[in-house]
Amino acid sequence: MIRLNHVTKDYPKRGRALDDVSFHLRKGEFAFLTGHSGSGKSTTLRLIHMADRPTDGEVRVSGFSSATLSERELWKLRRRVGMVFQDFRLLPGRTALENVAFVLEVTGTPRKVIQPKAQRLLSQVGLGPKAGAMVHELSGGEQQRVAIARALANDPYVLLADEPTGNLDDRATRGVMDLLWDINAKGMAVLMATHDLEVLRRHSTARVFELDQGRLVYDSAPSTEAS
Amino acid sequence: MYALREAIAAFRRAPVLTGLSSAMVGLALFVVGLFSLAAHNLELALAAIEERVEVVVYLRDDARQSEIDLLLEELSRFEEVRLVTYVSKRDALERARSELPEFGELFMDAEVNPLPQSLEVEIRSGESSLEVVSRIAESAEGYPFVEDSQYGREWVDRLFALRRIGFASTAVLGGAFGLVAALIIGAALRIAIFARREEILVMRLVGATSGFILRPFLLEGALAGLGGALIAWAITYGTYRGVYAYLFEIAWVPGWWVGVGLLAGGLFGAISSGFAIRRHLREV
Repeated sequence: MIRLNHVTKDYPKRGRALDDVSFHLRKGEFAFLTGHSGSGKSTTLRLIHMADRPTDGEVRVSGFSSATLSERELWKLRRRVGMVFQDFRLLPGRTALENVAFVLEVTGTPRKVIQPKAQRLLSQVGLGPKAGAMVHELSGGEQQRVAIARALANDPYVLLADEPTGNLDDRATRGVMDLLWDINAKGMAVLMATHDLEVLRRHSTARVFELDQGRLVYDSAPSTEAS
Repeated sequence: MYALREAIAAFRRAPVLTGLSSAMVGLALFVVGLFSLAAHNLELALAAIEERVEVVVYLRDDARQSEIDLLLEELSRFEEVRLVTYVSKRDALERARSELPEFGELFMDAEVNPLPQSLEVEIRSGESSLEVVSRIAESAEGYPFVEDSQYGREWVDRLFALRRIGFASTAVLGGAFGLVAALIIGAALRIAIFARREEILVMRLVGATSGFILRPFLLEGALAGLGGALIAWAITYGTYRGVYAYLFEIAWVPGWWVGVGLLAGGLFGAISSGFAIRRHLREV
């Protein structure tokens, strides 16, 4: 599903963000990527989403390799990997339904399918009744649910979440976490970056990768396969 | 459909900026249009002059009749030559007396006929290019009994030079205005990109193809360019009507030139926006 082979990432100003990181996230797994701020969590997710390419090593995601995937074909990967962010990144001035429908429209979903599918996705994340609400009218937790519904629009294999509960209160955090587990229960792999120890404690059955200063220092269920 | 909807929405969002882009393209193409109008009319004038071009071969007084016949036959063999007429010294004098009555007395009093005998070579319609008349004249000048040959080379040369200057001016001025127009279209699109950066970011995140993201901007540029071309056409046509009504008779350019101008405007707009957006999409 997702495999990092001796991945190193250097930035010109910031220096080394990841240092020889290797791991393998299997199909249908739920894993946390944890560590202090600046430990390389977001960099790892960016590399998996191929917003950046490794300086050294290789990232493989569902058959796509960072070494060979061209910018021109990046869209193929992006449709297989859903992504949610701490700051939601929803389109302001649009309803929840329009935000989800927008993704379907720009990725070439047939017109007839767009509205019913967007509505179904919002119902899946528990926002069916609020589909017509403008995003600024929704609470933080609800906005994150819209973002998750949007990330699921293309039926991805894996969902990447970069601190999705970072801006949420405890109740909203629980709701979003329950939702992510529901999604994972249907077979989708989830890789979530978080530094929230309370979240890690509550979901102790999940696999955990810990990063420290760009190095992978802990893997709760290391793969026996040779990388 | 999405691209068209977004392109039209962009016009609504920033009508002044889009209008300015179109106006600049219009100004650039108006310069091209104006020079095209002049070049076309110059071309027509040249064609009319070319129709009347004939080569006159002046013969020495001591040229024998057999030699003149030989040259006449030689010149008649050119495919482009319609007719070769021999004009004797006496015929030349007669013609001078009738065509130039103000010099009548001078020709009457002359004891010796000063006018040379000649061969007048008429060129077939549509064949009288500079290259053809030069070739015929040079061929005649190869004979030792030929004094000189003339075909109004200076005028023809000047007209051709004028045409070249016209084309060069059109290219240089059109290019300069075109560059300014491209910069303005680029600026307008950068503002459009900035206004839609969130959308573009989401599109990139969720896997919209680059073509899909680019299309509305290219279409917006093409529409601005086409709008500019229409403005240019309107002003050029207005200028033509004005010149025709108040100055002198001129001809309007062929219809297909207008078609090419409109197409060029659209293409120009699309290409300008293509350059602008490719660079700025990387930054979004």
